[in-house]
Parts: sequence; C-alpha cells; structure tokens
Amino acid sequence: MSAVANDPRDRGGAGTPLLDVRGLVKHFGGKGGLFGRTGSVVRAVDGIDFSVAKGETLGIVGESGCGKSTTARLVMQIIKPDAGDILFDGEAVGSAALDLKAFRRQVQMVFQDSYASLNPRLTVEDTVAFGPRIHGASAAASIATAHDLLHRVGLEPRRFAGRYPHEISGGQRQRVNIARALSLEPRLLILDEAVSALDKSVEAQVLNLLLDLKRDFGLTYMFITHDLNVVRFMSDRIMVMYLGKVAEVGPSEPIFEKPGHPYTAALLSSMPSMDPDNLTQEAPLTGDPPNPINPPSGCRFHPRCKMASTLCSHAEPELAEASPLHLAACHLVDPQSGHPRLAAA
Amino acid sequence: MTAIDAGAIVVVTPVRSEGYWTSVRRRLVRDPVAMFALAVILLIVLAAIFAPYIAPADPFRGSMVRRLRPIGTPGYPLGTDELGRDLLTRLIYGGRLSLFMGVTPVIFAFVVGSSIGIFAAYVGGWVNTVVMRVIDVFFAFPSVLLAIALSGALGAGILNSIVSLTVVFVPQIARIAESVTTQTRNRDFVEAARISGASTLTIVRVHVLGNVLGPIFVYSTSLISVSMILSSGLSFLGLGVKPPEPEWGLMLNTLRTAIYSQPLVAALPGAMIFITSISFNLFSDGLRGAMEVRQ
Amino acid sequence: MNSTSAPIVEARNLTVDFAAGRGMIRAVCGVDLSLKPGETLALLGESGSGKSVTLRALMRLHPKSAKIGGTIQVDGEDVLALSPSALRAYRGKTVSMIFQDPGLAFDPVYRIGDQIAETVMRHEGVSRAEGRKRGLELFERVRIPSPERRLDNFPHEMSGGMRQRAMIALALACRPKVLLADEPTTALDATVQIQVLLLLRELQREFGLAIVFVTHDIGVAVEIADRIAVMYAGRIVESGACRDVIRNPSHPYTRGLLASRAHGTLGKDERLHAIPGSPPDLSAPPPGCAFGPRCDNFIETCAADVPPEVTVTTGHMARCFRLGALAEQAEPLAAE
Repeated sequence: MSAVANDPRDRGGAGTPLLDVRGLVKHFGGKGGLFGRTGSVVRAVDGIDFSVAKGETLGIVGESGCGKSTTARLVMQIIKPDAGDILFDGEAVGSAALDLKAFRRQVQMVFQDSYASLNPRLTVEDTVAFGPRIHGASAAASIATAHDLLHRVGLEPRRFAGRYPHEISGGQRQRVNIARALSLEPRLLILDEAVSALDKSVEAQVLNLLLDLKRDFGLTYMFITHDLNVVRFMSDRIMVMYLGKVAEVGPSEPIFEKPGHPYTAALLSSMPSMDPDNLTQEAPLTGDPPNPINPPSGCRFHPRCKMASTLCSHAEPELAEASPLHLAACHLVDPQSGHPRLAAA
Repeated sequence: MTAIDAGAIVVVTPVRSEGYWTSVRRRLVRDPVAMFALAVILLIVLAAIFAPYIAPADPFRGSMVRRLRPIGTPGYPLGTDELGRDLLTRLIYGGRLSLFMGVTPVIFAFVVGSSIGIFAAYVGGWVNTVVMRVIDVFFAFPSVLLAIALSGALGAGILNSIVSLTVVFVPQIARIAESVTTQTRNRDFVEAARISGASTLTIVRVHVLGNVLGPIFVYSTSLISVSMILSSGLSFLGLGVKPPEPEWGLMLNTLRTAIYSQPLVAALPGAMIFITSISFNLFSDGLRGAMEVRQ
Repeated sequence: MNSTSAPIVEARNLTVDFAAGRGMIRAVCGVDLSLKPGETLALLGESGSGKSVTLRALMRLHPKSAKIGGTIQVDGEDVLALSPSALRAYRGKTVSMIFQDPGLAFDPVYRIGDQIAETVMRHEGVSRAEGRKRGLELFERVRIPSPERRLDNFPHEMSGGMRQRAMIALALACRPKVLLADEPTTALDATVQIQVLLLLRELQREFGLAIVFVTHDIGVAVEIADRIAVMYAGRIVESGACRDVIRNPSHPYTRGLLASRAHGTLGKDERLHAIPGSPPDLSAPPPGCAFGPRCDNFIETCAADVPPEVTVTTGHMARCFRLGALAEQAEPLAAE
C-alpha cells in the first residue's frame, strides 16, 4: 500500500477509489433493423456499480454469460457503454481532465489467449517496446525498458528478447503479455482469465509473479476468472456476477466462509471436492446458466434457486448488507423484504 | 533440500531467432516440388529474356516450302508452324509476351485489390458493406466471360487485355484481403495495441500489414497461372496479341488448322502454357506451406 | 466392486510416435494400463503429457503416419490387429468416446435424434423407429428436459451442458463396455461440470461401464475416478487408488501439482509452491527422468536412466529413484 500512497500520479488521495463504476449498462443487438423492429437484446451488463480501491485486488467471478468479460472491456473503453459513468481516481474518463489516451496509459489489460494476444511477426522485445515507442520514447530507450521488464517477469532478455511468440511456451507468452501491459507503467491492471489457459504447474508460477509485481509496482488489479480457488488466493474483495448483475460483493473471506447469496453458495459447492472420502453427492444447481437474452423477471436467479418464493419472481432485490462491507442482492439478506423464509427463521 | 540450478541444465539457445521470412525461405528451400517448379519458371523466364541470343532462327521469317515439318526435322528440332517458321524459336520468343501478360495483371491487381480489401476491412461498418457488395457484383460473372466481355468492349490489343484481366482479378484479391484483414483486426493483439493508445495508422502499419500481406501474396501467385491461361485465351480469340507476334495462346490458335496433320507440333504451345501455369501453381502451393507457422 | 474379474482394457508398453519435421516425436513412451469392468481410471496430466494421445490410441484414432507400438487388448480383442471392418464395429459397439467439444461428435446439419438412431441402426441393424426409441430412452436417461422435443434439435440449438449430455447419450447408444472421455467437462462452467460428473458416475454404475477419463484437473479426477494415473512427458509417473495418490502423493511431480494448487487455507501474502520451469519439449526430452530438470530432489542418477516402477503400497506405484529419501523428508503433504 505504501507504494500507492507515494505515487506522484495520485490525484484523489488514498480515500478515493482508483476505479469507480456507476450504473454501467451494455446491451448488444436489438436496436436498428430494416423496419425499426427490435430483435432479441442481449443484456450483457445491466446496471452494475462497483469500485476498486487503490492497491487492492478485486476478483470478479461468475459463469459464462454473466458479463464479467464485457465489464472488463467496458472499463477498458474497447466497447462503448450504453449508460453509466466510469471514474478513474476521481476523474470522469473522457472528460477534459482525463482524456482517453491519458486514461489508457494508466489502465492496461492481459487477455486469456496468450498466443492470439501477441503479434506473431514481432519479436518479444518489439512487442514489449511497442507501447513506450508510440508514446514518444526513443527506440533505444524503449528497448531498454523492454529488457528491464522482461527481466522483471522472469524472462532473461539475452535468451528471450529476440524470440518469436510461436517459439516460446504458453507460460512464457503470458509473461510477455504481462510485461507488455506493464510497459506503460499503468496503475490498474485488468487480468481477464489471464491464467485460465495455463497448465496448473505454470499457473502457480504466474500467480506468484503477479503478486510480486503488484507489490513492486504498486499496482491495483481487477482479476477476472471462473476459478474460485484462484480468486480466493488472489483477491482482497470479490464481486460475484450473474446474468449482467452484481449478485454479491464484499471482502473475500466472508464471501467464502458465509456467502450471502444462494448463487454464491451454489458456485462454491460446485467446486470439485478434493477429498476422496467425501465426494459431491448432489449437484447444487440443475441445468445450464440461462443466456442473457430476456433474463427472468424479479431476481434473475429465482428459476434455479432452492430458496425462491413468489416474492422473488416479481420483486428484484437490491444489494443489501449481509455483514459489514459485504453486500448481497437477495431478499433473504434484507430483513424488510418480506421473504417467507425470513419469518420462518 | 538440494537446490538445483535449473539454468545449468538448459541448453544455451541462440540470442536472436531467425526472422520470419528467413524461416520461410529455409522451409521453401527444403521443399523439392516447389524448388523444381521454381527452376522451371526461372528457365522459362531466362529463355524469354535472352531469346535473341539462344533462339536458333528468326521468329518472323517463314518459308512456304517448309510448312508444318514434324518434330525432329534437321534444323527445326520442334518442327515448323503453318507459315514455316521455326517453332522452337517462336516458343522461346512467345514466352516474353505470355509471361508479361500473365504476370502484369496480377501485380496490378495485387496492389489495387489488397489496398481496397485492407481499407474496407479496417474501416469496417457500412463502408465495408458497400465496398464488398460492389465487389460481389463482379463475382456474378465467370472470370473467363468477364475478361472476354471487357476485352471485347475495349478492343483488341496487349494493353487492353492487361487492363481487362486486372479488372477480373481485383475483386478476387480484394475479397481475400478483406477476409484476412478482418480476421487479423479481431485478434487480441490488435486490441492490445489499441489499448496502448496506438493510432489507427500505426496499428495497420505495425500489426496488420505484416500479418496480411503474406497470405494475400500467396493467393496472388496462385492467380498467375489463371492469368496466363486467360491471356492466352484472349489471344486465341483474337482479343489480345495480334499476328505475327509470337505468343503461346495466339500460336495455339493459328496451329489449330494443323491439328490433324501435325498434332504434336500443334499441341506444343498448349504444353508450354500448361507447364508454366502448373509450375506457378506448384510454387505457390509450396510457398503457402512454408508460410504456415506452427503454433 | 468386482475386483477379481479380468481386465477389460489392457495396454502393455504402449508407444505412439508422430512424424514431425525430419524426425519422429515420441508422444507416449511405454504406458501400461489395466482397467476392470465398472472401474474408472483418470489419466491426469498437463498439455503435452501424452494423456489424450494414449486415449486416442485405445480407439486407433491416430492418422496413418503415427506409429503405435506395444499391445492393446480390449474385451479380448487385439485392437492393433483389427481389420478396417472389425475396427468400425469395435468403435461405438465395444468402445465409444466423448470429447471436450461436442462439435466433434455431432454433424451440425442433422437432427441429434436422427444421428443417434443412425448409429444404432448401423451397429445393430434395427429399424429407424427402434433406433429413435433408443434415442428417447437415452435422452431420458441423461436427463435432458422434454426429451421428445429435444431429439428434433440441431446441435446448435442446445446449450453447452445439454449438448454434452446429448453426446453422452450418443456415446452410450450401442451399450459399449468402455467409455473414453477426453476432458468432457473442461469447457463447462463449474455448476454444469459437477452435474455432468455426477451423471457419468451414475451411468457407470448402472451400465457397468469401464471409463478412462482424461483430465488436467485434480479435483475432477478425485470426483470421478477409482484410480488415478499421473502422466508426465509420455509416461505414467505415478498410479494408484485415488485415495492413495491424493493422500500420499509420492512422485515429486504429483506432490508439486498438489502443492501448487491455490486453495482456501492459504493466508494472504503467502506464495504458492510452484514447480519451476515448464514441461519438456518432446522433440528433445531430457535424459533419464523427464521431470529431473524441474525437480528439487534431482541427483545424478536421475539423468542417467529412466526410473523403474517402484511400489509405494499395494497397487500404488511411482517412477522415482528418490522415493526413499522423499518419504523421510518432512510430513506427507495433505490435500486441504
């Protein structure tokens, strides 16, 4: 945290979140059409609020179609939101105080597919040097930066700088991607399933590396994954998404120990047991995650929820406090909701 | 615990890898079929260039008494044509125009077609749609028909036949260029470059061109054989080169009358067209193989 | 479980070589497998460990250029000697396979019900109506909701989990004795993965299937398998009952895999015990034990020779020269 406090780029002070997202909405398709018809709308992200404090790691988990990768791309400004504000260190992104180019220097992203995210025609050093070069550094200075970063991510420049992506392993390629992301000295790094495609023995190395880099460079992480073990290890806080909405958000320990949302509980108990004498006997959920076209009314999870009542099918729950700093969007968390199970308890 | 220095076991690897095109060349050189095809092409090209020095006779001087001699006639190793001209000489000289008219349209079409395709794909949106739909119109006509129609409209002649073939090939190359570029621009590394704040021009120059020009080039080389056949066809129909210029397609046409008296001699220009175009095709196949980088 | 019956799958000294560039790459080098009816074996390993190649060899799915050596006996038949027609009957009738991507099993332009009926007709010579009836039974069995209607779906009309169930139905259409599973749950969400694993467990009990299940995920292996075989660089480096391998991992690679998992009991600011280095290049494997260059317990003997199978306890073996030294070292690693 000290590295964050001493950052000369800090504007808002330690109390201002580095990233503050309010009312973010993105729907795909639907509008337009030849005769103004409205086709099916994919409600990929449907009104979410969250913030990432300076120096913390926010883990985002959820199944396919929950909107976690769309959220990353919205924050990154690769796609334009339909509604919502994104504040970076207190300034609105795209405002006079923080234009897109200045914002992009401070926020970088690492993708899941280590091969597709590297230009096959560029050497490792050229890939890493590209960012500094286009931001005005001399060729020699860019290469020097690249070599330094390659060294920092554990790739000896003498052996790796001149290599092409297809000549190195998946773990090494992901290290190059991390070095490339760091080449502009960002403050926020978005890791979108960045270790999911790696072999387990290599995944552990990269996770350790990410922890070291976070400390050394005073970074803040948004860590998106479907692997609950990994997210627990990496994150200070966790946000669980379901069908474009936030189901639960809060510090990681309470969420893992005593989840507030039935969906989070189901996700946790869907993890394979590591105990041969205590195998999973019953699947916590049946069926597939529904797709975000025409999501269910009320609480979006209610058709799959064992606790659902008629209330859940028409009233949409707001985020309510399950424990300090820990919010869950479930009627069972809100004592005033009138959910029948609350009265029974 | 005995700590092992992992680096001690690792074999020392070269500091800098060979560049992409170096590795393509290395793989190509190892491909016997492609190398043989290249040798044949070079032989024909060199023969055409140095035709005045190696051809045994004058390509235009004929003799009414020595018409349609068979292959192996003393002084005329490949016989004579219907006007008594030495066929070997005419085949060597014919390579000049045939190659020129086969290759030139493809070069023009490569420049124009890939510019259109890359531009359309990178701009995307409605611009892409409009450009590609216009391109699609050209696909409604078979290329042979289109070439004949254009040449017919423009009138016979070398220049007109090159123009019409260029027009035939531009849409084909543009379509390939568009699809390769669309694929590339949707790859994560282009997105990563955009995130790092690079301008569109920089992204196209550094990240797109290097990845799309290769595949477009390979596709274009495969069109050379088609182009040669089409240009010969135009000459055959009287829409390209005019007699008495030696050109393989035209020679095939004029020797048509001798198909029953001297079938082998009459077939020779056709054989040259066949050999040259298949050599270009085989070389293009080899090049494509050599350019595929394993993941 | 029927522990006295003869093995239904038995592979001895299995090797698979692929032509690569100018030389050959040995993807599988001397694998022994034995599986009884009603038993599930998990082949656990990383990319390039040879686990999928081994699985495909059992069905002779490799291209002609690949060379398979050793012996494979399935249900009393010598698989490597089958004639083309016998091989067609063997695939689907004796052994069938499910994949990570159901797209490999289904033709996108035919209705799923027709594809199942087709398979039954081809192998058993029954009528189309009979085949379709079997399809309906199977769809009910793998618990696809409204099975009658779903039989008329095209593959793309189903969600991922449902397609996976339909593929299992197709694989079981001719009541095979052995099911080969190539990472069938890897592409699925966790909540769907556990449903498919439980379904496979249930079907296995009911049909007395023998299953060979390839996975890279230890948790999945624990959920599904009676026995686990850990593969590394084309060899089985450790195998034994699931309980023994997880509770008492003996090969340094297995230990490393278990120790490198991120799990709940880790504190903040702790580091994972990662295995250094990366898996070897199969075109130039290290001499001796392939794991040697990444192993903390490497001694010179390890590079001199491939370690033989060493028995840890009954039915539990590991290929390591250093087992004795390792057993004395510290307390055994407990999983969670």
